[in-house]
Amino acid sequence: MQQTIKDPNIEIDAPGEISGTMEEKQISHRAVPLEMPLDNVQDAMQTESFRVNNLFLYYGEKRALNGINMTIPEKQVTAFIGPSGCGKSTLLRCFNRLNELIGGVRTEGEITLKGENILAPSVNVANLRRRVGMVFQKPNPFPKSIYENVAYGLRIQGINNRRVLDRAVEQALRSAALWDEVKDRVQESATALSGGQQQRLVIARAIAIEPEVLLLDEPASALDPISTLKIEELVYELKQNYTIVIVTHNMQQAARVSDYTAFMYMGDLIEFGDTRSLFTTPRKKQTEDYITGRYG
Amino acid sequence: MVISRTHHISQQFDRELEDIRSKVLAMGGLVEDQLTRLLDALSKRDLESAEQIAANDVKVNEMEKEIDRECSGILLRRQPAASDLRLVLAIGKIITDLERVGDEVKKVARIIMNISITAPHRIHYVGVLAMGYHVRRMLRAALDAFARMDSHAALAAALEDPEVDKELESVMRQLITYMMEDPRNIREVLDAVLAARAFERIGDHADNICESAIFLVEGKDVRHVPMEDVRLSLDARHRED
Repeated sequence: MQQTIKDPNIEIDAPGEISGTMEEKQISHRAVPLEMPLDNVQDAMQTESFRVNNLFLYYGEKRALNGINMTIPEKQVTAFIGPSGCGKSTLLRCFNRLNELIGGVRTEGEITLKGENILAPSVNVANLRRRVGMVFQKPNPFPKSIYENVAYGLRIQGINNRRVLDRAVEQALRSAALWDEVKDRVQESATALSGGQQQRLVIARAIAIEPEVLLLDEPASALDPISTLKIEELVYELKQNYTIVIVTHNMQQAARVSDYTAFMYMGDLIEFGDTRSLFTTPRKKQTEDYITGRYG
Repeated sequence: MVISRTHHISQQFDRELEDIRSKVLAMGGLVEDQLTRLLDALSKRDLESAEQIAANDVKVNEMEKEIDRECSGILLRRQPAASDLRLVLAIGKIITDLERVGDEVKKVARIIMNISITAPHRIHYVGVLAMGYHVRRMLRAALDAFARMDSHAALAAALEDPEVDKELESVMRQLITYMMEDPRNIREVLDAVLAARAFERIGDHADNICESAIFLVEGKDVRHVPMEDVRLSLDARHRED
């Protein structure tokens, strides 16, 4: 995956990129036509996690997503950016069907996870949410001990063996870069932790049950700069093992943590490509105007 | 590629970008002016004018430092993206090239000071001067292309660079003939060689400025790419648009 993306012969996001030999360029011209920019990401990917096919979502009469098509690569960080109300959080919540908890929501189209349509009525939603974990803007630890917060998901699955739980809790807290700070007080209340620590605890809780995907909805927007950097560092570590989709209002954050970035506007996916190209040479004027802070 | 002309939400940011852009053009104007006066001084072997030109290089250096400071200020305050980022990056490179052009001008000014005092004036500088006029046109075209954000104009100017290189070769042949005719010419000819070499370098810097302008407009890094390939690519994009 990593190798494929770094391979200079593959033009991820730049039709007519001037590099390499003429021969390579001609190939890249054919392989990456300008009309299908969203396919560039797919071309470069060996494995996909989610694939979104012509997804529409309605809140009652109001259409919030207008036929989204995209592929989320596995074990990479994909960021959704866009102004408030553009549909980025709505789209994120489709990936674990959280929107269904809101009344009057209707979806059309298809989202597959590893080829399986997760919007099908036959899908076990609890099982889907075990595979697709989520972390929200405000940390929401349970009013329990640090240990029990992390062990919660495993206990629900019926795991009560102390040794297994101990190992899993430590592993999850280490992965969430929190272990060193809390190892001497895991039995203390989780609510006594700082905001940044709580957020990492919630991430530890999400990864304790070993999901495939982590959805992060503005995970650092309520945190101070140092805690924000720790979360960003964590995202970088976690992508070794998890597919991460992150919604953020902070464009610099998207540029820092993500491999791919999707820009959404008014329910449309305007542009989707590798992060560096999108932030240095966006193809669409709307993207350019948004990331440079201009009036549309 | 998109270059947005709409205003930033922060009007102060608009002013900052406009400010460095116009300062670069002012610096370019100053360097161009230095070069024009240099060619005049060279054709007349005007010692006094050459001294002034050499002294003026300080101004070019100061402008480079000032614009550089403002660029880092913008990076720090604004974290620019997309075309704004490319503008700041391109300017950072362009001012380095302009400063080096200033250095080459100063070098030739010193040569004029040298030959106007010591040389017996046995050789003529027609070929060297022609190179100088050529690279001045090229530099002006490069700066124009940057000012108008015109990648095709930048490409056209960059395509002059190989011509300048050919001119250097023919000037060298001519100068070698002088040396072979009479070894007493060697000292003066060496000065002429250095001047021709300086003009050729100015052509290279103008070429770099064209590349920066193309990067700014097209978002493409065209350094060390044959210009013919760049032309094909720009034409292809033009057809797509």
